[in-house]
Amino acid sequence: MSDTPVTRAASATPQRVARKIRGLSDRAIAWIFVGPTIFLLLAINIFPLIWTIRLSFTNFKANRNRPVEWIGTRNYERILTDSDIWLNMQATAHFLFWTIFFQVLIGFTLAYLINKKFKGNDLWTTIIVLPMMLSPAVVGNFWKFLYQPQIGLFNYVVSFLSGKDPSSFEMLGSVQLAPWSIVIVDTWMWTPFVMLICLAGLRSIPDYIYEAAEVDRASKLRQFFTITVPMVLPFLMLAVLFRGIENFKMFDLVVQLTGGGPGSTTELTSINLKREAFEKWRTGYASAYAIILFVTVFGLASIYVKALNKVKER
Amino acid sequence: MKSFKLASVSALSLAAATFASSAQAEDLTLCWAAWDPANALVELSKEFEAQSGHNMSFEFIPWPNFADRMLNELNSGGKLCDLLIGDSQWIGGGAENGHYVKLNGFFDAEGIAMSDFADATVYAYSTWPKGTPNYYALPAMGDANGWFYRKDWFARDDIKAAFKDATGRDLAEPKSQTELLEIAQFFQGREIDGKTVYGASIFTERGSEGITMGVTSALYPWGFKYENTPGSYDMEGAVNSPEAVEALEFYKEFYETATPPGYTNSYMGESLDAFKSGQVAMAMNWFAFFPGLYADPNTGGENIDFFVNPPQNQAGSTLGGQGISVVAYSDKQDAALEYIKWFADPDVQAKWWELGGYSAHNSVLNDPGFKDSAPFAGDFLEAMGSVQDFWQEPAYAELLLAMQKRLHDYVVADQGTAKEALDKLVEDWIEVFEDEGKL
Repeated sequence: MSDTPVTRAASATPQRVARKIRGLSDRAIAWIFVGPTIFLLLAINIFPLIWTIRLSFTNFKANRNRPVEWIGTRNYERILTDSDIWLNMQATAHFLFWTIFFQVLIGFTLAYLINKKFKGNDLWTTIIVLPMMLSPAVVGNFWKFLYQPQIGLFNYVVSFLSGKDPSSFEMLGSVQLAPWSIVIVDTWMWTPFVMLICLAGLRSIPDYIYEAAEVDRASKLRQFFTITVPMVLPFLMLAVLFRGIENFKMFDLVVQLTGGGPGSTTELTSINLKREAFEKWRTGYASAYAIILFVTVFGLASIYVKALNKVKER
Repeated sequence: MKSFKLASVSALSLAAATFASSAQAEDLTLCWAAWDPANALVELSKEFEAQSGHNMSFEFIPWPNFADRMLNELNSGGKLCDLLIGDSQWIGGGAENGHYVKLNGFFDAEGIAMSDFADATVYAYSTWPKGTPNYYALPAMGDANGWFYRKDWFARDDIKAAFKDATGRDLAEPKSQTELLEIAQFFQGREIDGKTVYGASIFTERGSEGITMGVTSALYPWGFKYENTPGSYDMEGAVNSPEAVEALEFYKEFYETATPPGYTNSYMGESLDAFKSGQVAMAMNWFAFFPGLYADPNTGGENIDFFVNPPQNQAGSTLGGQGISVVAYSDKQDAALEYIKWFADPDVQAKWWELGGYSAHNSVLNDPGFKDSAPFAGDFLEAMGSVQDFWQEPAYAELLLAMQKRLHDYVVADQGTAKEALDKLVEDWIEVFEDEGKL
């Protein structure tokens, strides 16, 4: 018998175990390997999901010793007819749309520039990706100081450029500016992530395609729209999917920066859900809220993934 | 004779030491908020450790996370804390949900009389249902929301003259809420020693309880009531009364015209920072911080003075402070009760005040020298005579978060009117009490 890793592994298996395994079918062996994973998945994902669905039809409060009552769809009705929750949804949609818009725009531009060979290319790439390596809590505190109207650097820069008094505007305290202040910070932090994915896309385009286009005398603009954009698009869509899912769950950064304020202007659904579940302890209500958000994200993500697959097939 | 006495004392000490070591020494954990009085309690508790043989550990949580962390601990039946100095508003939930040990039997057995403590503190920190002789805590730390100001600025001739010119009256501690606002507006944007300063730092925090504690400091002096009839949960016309609307509009005007820029989410820490950094002439905060403020080498001592929350239609201060409870999930309840017994002792209470804690024991408060024992002691007594507290219902967190939202929406985010904010608050609270089955 030749000495290969497989034969070495086979000979290392104790005889007793080997005899037992020999008596099992391929399907049984497959189940032995897959079983623990399926069990963990059921225990950690599926069971809590089913339990949450069940709780969402009750008035259960985890902090109270009182009998749980089945209240049908009342929690769902209350959530869907609550104007404050719709305002939270709007705040989330605003945050989601503009962060993705700016991150894609700036991320792709940076990737395009970094992809050009120039001196110090690697150093710039390292500097640009630094923000995404920081903890969101650190970034939140750091920007809170930058936005401080009396001592914050951000206000001084704006003041220097616009001539306005630095303490005449409050990024975090103004209803108009607070939603944009969190968009700016998230864009600063996560644009490098989008850039890296775009860079991977750009570097995957073989040079010969551009060379062929050159031979055909295609202009640089034409090459960009007919070669670069279509070939990077699947990568870009993947980046949008990742950022979309992440930002729908955005919590830490916004809590650090505004705590959901002023008023409820930046109270995203995740912050509102946390307050319902773990501060007000309306467990049944919060479960219904979580299910609604889950269905929304799952539905949108499914549609998006189908679109992504179609783009990849082209 | 001398040697006989010495022998007797030695024998007694030996007996005491033997007794102490024969009782099981426990590691007790006391949970509280992380703030100045907590450090004083650590110092005070060393005496208990020496006397009892038990070891004391402390778990102090920063204020913004205190309620979240501790209520999660209680709700999950956690054994982290044997003793908890919990906020006054938790007493309803602590009692009804079985988190706190009922102390009546223990008090009777040990001869601890609630009449030895200030009535307002017993009512607020110990009883549930409110006002009934069912005790779940021993008053540990009396507190109320008060004010402090730059005495050195108030004493300057140029500033006094400018104030007289601007308002026609002398610059002095305010005697009403409107005077308070007038003084704050006078200082707003004023240049003192080449630096722009502002009127006052007030509570506007959104996440936990800040803006509610600040606004109620205006609501109570205007005569705010939670219910038309106590215990009826009949809130329409009380919570949104014309006086309440006026008080809320007052607070918004205060926020807009007399506070430093950027203080849109400020609570205790921010108030202290604004004052210590010389940004503001006045600031609101809990009496618990006053010993530390007075001791500050730069803005304390001769440069600071204190006053009770000024009245308007009536005297009224927002209640702070806490009672100390034994956690029902603790395995060391006997040792924890020993601590409570020790803490209730009048001598320990006197030392507690000496170290910077606010004793609620009558022997301390009624001592003839108490008022002069600290520059804020008299104000503290006055404030405790007119304190009002937030709901202490088991559903207090829901009630508080609703108020935080409605107040912040109006005061800081400038949305809607004061009347609309209070009307919505009534709706929110009715919904909570309906869910609770109380309406």
